[in-house]
Amino acid sequence: MTAELVRGQNHPLSQARLEIRVSAGKPIVAGATLSDERGKVHGVEWVAHPGSPTLPGIEVSKQAAADHRLACDLDALPETVHRVSVLLALPSGVGGPVRFGAVAAPFVAVTGLDGSEVASYTVTGLDAESAVVALELYRRQGAWKVRAVGQGYAGGLAELLTDQGLPQARQLAGSINEAVVQGLARSVAAPPPRAADGGRSRHAATPALGQDQGSSTSPGTPGQVAPQHGHPGGQGSTAPGVGPGAPQPAYPAASAPGDPSAVTQPAGPGAGGPVNYSHPGRQAAAPPPPPPTAPPAQPGQPARPVAGDATGWSMEERLYNQVWGMFEDLARTTAAYRSAVDFAESRMEQELDKVLSDPRARIGGHGDAAREAARAKQAELVDRAREALDRDLAQLTAEAEVVEPALPPAFARWDNPAWHGYRVPMEIPMAVRLGDLHLPESAGLSIPMLVRLPLERGLWIDSGRTGSFEGSIADSDDLRRLAMDTAVAHAARLLAVYPAGEYTVHVIDAAGSAASSLAPLVSTGVLGAPPAVGAAGVNEVLARLTQRVDLVQMAVRGGAADALPSDLDPAEQLLIVNDFPHGFDDRAVTQLRYLADEGPAVGVHLMLVADREDAAAYGPLLDPLWRSLLRLTPVPDDHLADPWVGHTWTYDPSRVPPGSQVLQHVLTQVATARRSWNR
Amino acid sequence: MTVNMTKGQAISLQKNDGGTLTAVRMGLGWQAAPRRGLFGSRTREIDLDASAVLFADKQPVDVVFFRHLVSDDGSVRHTGDNLVGGVGQGGDDEAILVDLARIPVHIDQIVFTVNSFTGQTFQEVQDAFCRLVDETNGQELARYTLAGGGQYTAQIMAKVHRAGAGWQMTAIGTPANGRTFQDLMPAILPHL
Repeated sequence: MTAELVRGQNHPLSQARLEIRVSAGKPIVAGATLSDERGKVHGVEWVAHPGSPTLPGIEVSKQAAADHRLACDLDALPETVHRVSVLLALPSGVGGPVRFGAVAAPFVAVTGLDGSEVASYTVTGLDAESAVVALELYRRQGAWKVRAVGQGYAGGLAELLTDQGLPQARQLAGSINEAVVQGLARSVAAPPPRAADGGRSRHAATPALGQDQGSSTSPGTPGQVAPQHGHPGGQGSTAPGVGPGAPQPAYPAASAPGDPSAVTQPAGPGAGGPVNYSHPGRQAAAPPPPPPTAPPAQPGQPARPVAGDATGWSMEERLYNQVWGMFEDLARTTAAYRSAVDFAESRMEQELDKVLSDPRARIGGHGDAAREAARAKQAELVDRAREALDRDLAQLTAEAEVVEPALPPAFARWDNPAWHGYRVPMEIPMAVRLGDLHLPESAGLSIPMLVRLPLERGLWIDSGRTGSFEGSIADSDDLRRLAMDTAVAHAARLLAVYPAGEYTVHVIDAAGSAASSLAPLVSTGVLGAPPAVGAAGVNEVLARLTQRVDLVQMAVRGGAADALPSDLDPAEQLLIVNDFPHGFDDRAVTQLRYLADEGPAVGVHLMLVADREDAAAYGPLLDPLWRSLLRLTPVPDDHLADPWVGHTWTYDPSRVPPGSQVLQHVLTQVATARRSWNR
Repeated sequence: MTVNMTKGQAISLQKNDGGTLTAVRMGLGWQAAPRRGLFGSRTREIDLDASAVLFADKQPVDVVFFRHLVSDDGSVRHTGDNLVGGVGQGGDDEAILVDLARIPVHIDQIVFTVNSFTGQTFQEVQDAFCRLVDETNGQELARYTLAGGGQYTAQIMAKVHRAGAGWQMTAIGTPANGRTFQDLMPAILPHL
């Protein structure tokens, strides 16, 4: 009968000759230390480790492995040995995991020579530790017992050995690691983990891209995130269904996403193998790799955040969900703070009113004391509310610090290194970042503003003077130029995150006033045609796009997509209009409104750069147009509301850092990719 | 271990090991009206609604009910409206999750109520119960049965309130009448 030990529990050992089996998901080092009755290890000759595997009475493996068998003969141990500590450690310097929190919980069992288990113990609850004393066998009144210890050390073997009183702990830890590294160099390397990209089936319509674009920009492999590990936080502590030592869910290799060889030939029943029920063409049915879960928190400390700690089929989707989770948390925690402060204020006012109306308060110090008490109560509550807010902000800031560098280009700021390593993607991302959002209480913490693609609404970059930032930009011409620069940066980002040739940008610049802002788009050659100027140019572009909307709508309604003319560009279309309504006649305005209403459903999107004042002559006629567009500003402005509590958020557009060539660099790559596809 | 609570009984929401609870769930369950006869679909269904009202110093600050499923601060969440009740027994048909650690500092009491939205009195509802569960381990802390329901359409179930550094739950169990929590406000106030 096996005794399943919990931490601290002991169990008598009736046999002297034992085996200690260790299994962990990853190669680990197993060793043993011998100590006297006071728990002290007298020297390096009392430690069995890969560099010196055999001691009287105990033998350990010569190298790191996922499974170990340690042989132990308690009768053969010297009389002075009162305790044998079985220790496990992660090999350092070999590129593997460096903390037990990142691997499956190690399982240790004491068995007889015939393999019958005497006692077992799953070492749970480890996090940053890289070495752990798993078990100890100890003498008690002439008999041997085993105890589950599970004492981890973040400082690794050196700290563990120091703790056991070994004088040369540090040198020995070094030589153990060296022996392990040499052993590993001889052994066969484990296959590298697969990229954590779920099989979202939004593949590009283009059949394939060149080799140089393959294996690029996989959003699932940001360097920060440890790929493919289990649920260290879930085991034992929070997931009641996962018993100790339960195997990690094994994802069948046959349905691994993105691996074409894996979905070819299901093994026939005659072959004796399990039947593969996965649909060969339906990759989305593959289970996603487990998300990186936050490591279990130290007591009294909030859990350390991890990028991608959210649900989703791919790392991209998880990051998207995580960003939205942070957005909601910030909105709500600020709501809690504001509500508490408001309440404190109103209670103080009420109490002050009561003091005023109390005739007794008018004489002597009674009233002053009551007023003082009311103010103190208010200050005390506000302080506590601020404390709670600060605690939450610290946590969200820490999360933002790990999430921000892990974001793929579509979600990343322009100054993110992800853009410097930019490659033209092969799939449309789920969302794109239009800027940052923050609240007055948390100016230091910005949340990426991610909107889903394809865009459901047109964008309106407001080049008008906004009330809240009066004076910061003196000249309205400056503001117009800034608005157009912002529009170009948004358009460049959209062009860059779509696969080559999947996004076409048209520009109407009726007065030709935005040539300098448009230069990055024009000079790199990513535009289908030069910016349209004059009334004729306006009408021509609008007529073309209107016709396209009509054709696609008819084809969709008639279910006859193959009846579309062959020269119809299948890419999504973005129309940038500078200085609306300059150059627009009534007919053109009507066409534009039609595009704004009907376009998004058939892949024609609008980006209007306009000052609403300029269109004042149209009166309320254009109100529906403005309302249908998502208003963005070229300067920080507080006009966006969150969907949960409706706070007013300050929007900060994502701008290219001054002097940075990232826009040119990215657009040049886009243009090259387009040319190679003749689009 | 479950405490079957009686009216007015208070229990402290301390864990057995002395730690305070961090997340609790107030569950409401009831049995659906039996279907019988021809035109069985015409059987009047029973829609009970669980609500939670958040008070600061006896002033209502926020409310979580089927039209406002999450308190503004996000600490109290309703899992969604159930219009018909459970066909079986035991499970929660509506639940309100309370993250005690995240409740804003000025909120000091949360009152849980049940209303019969479709107007049946508790005489017509079978096996209705309200219970408090420790969300971290699923352990039931307290259960209050709507037994012997009289001619009432609502009940003020219980309140969770701050006590020292932790929280305490007090069973109230006062019957009342009303379609939604708003109708109950006068009946709630004496219990604060």
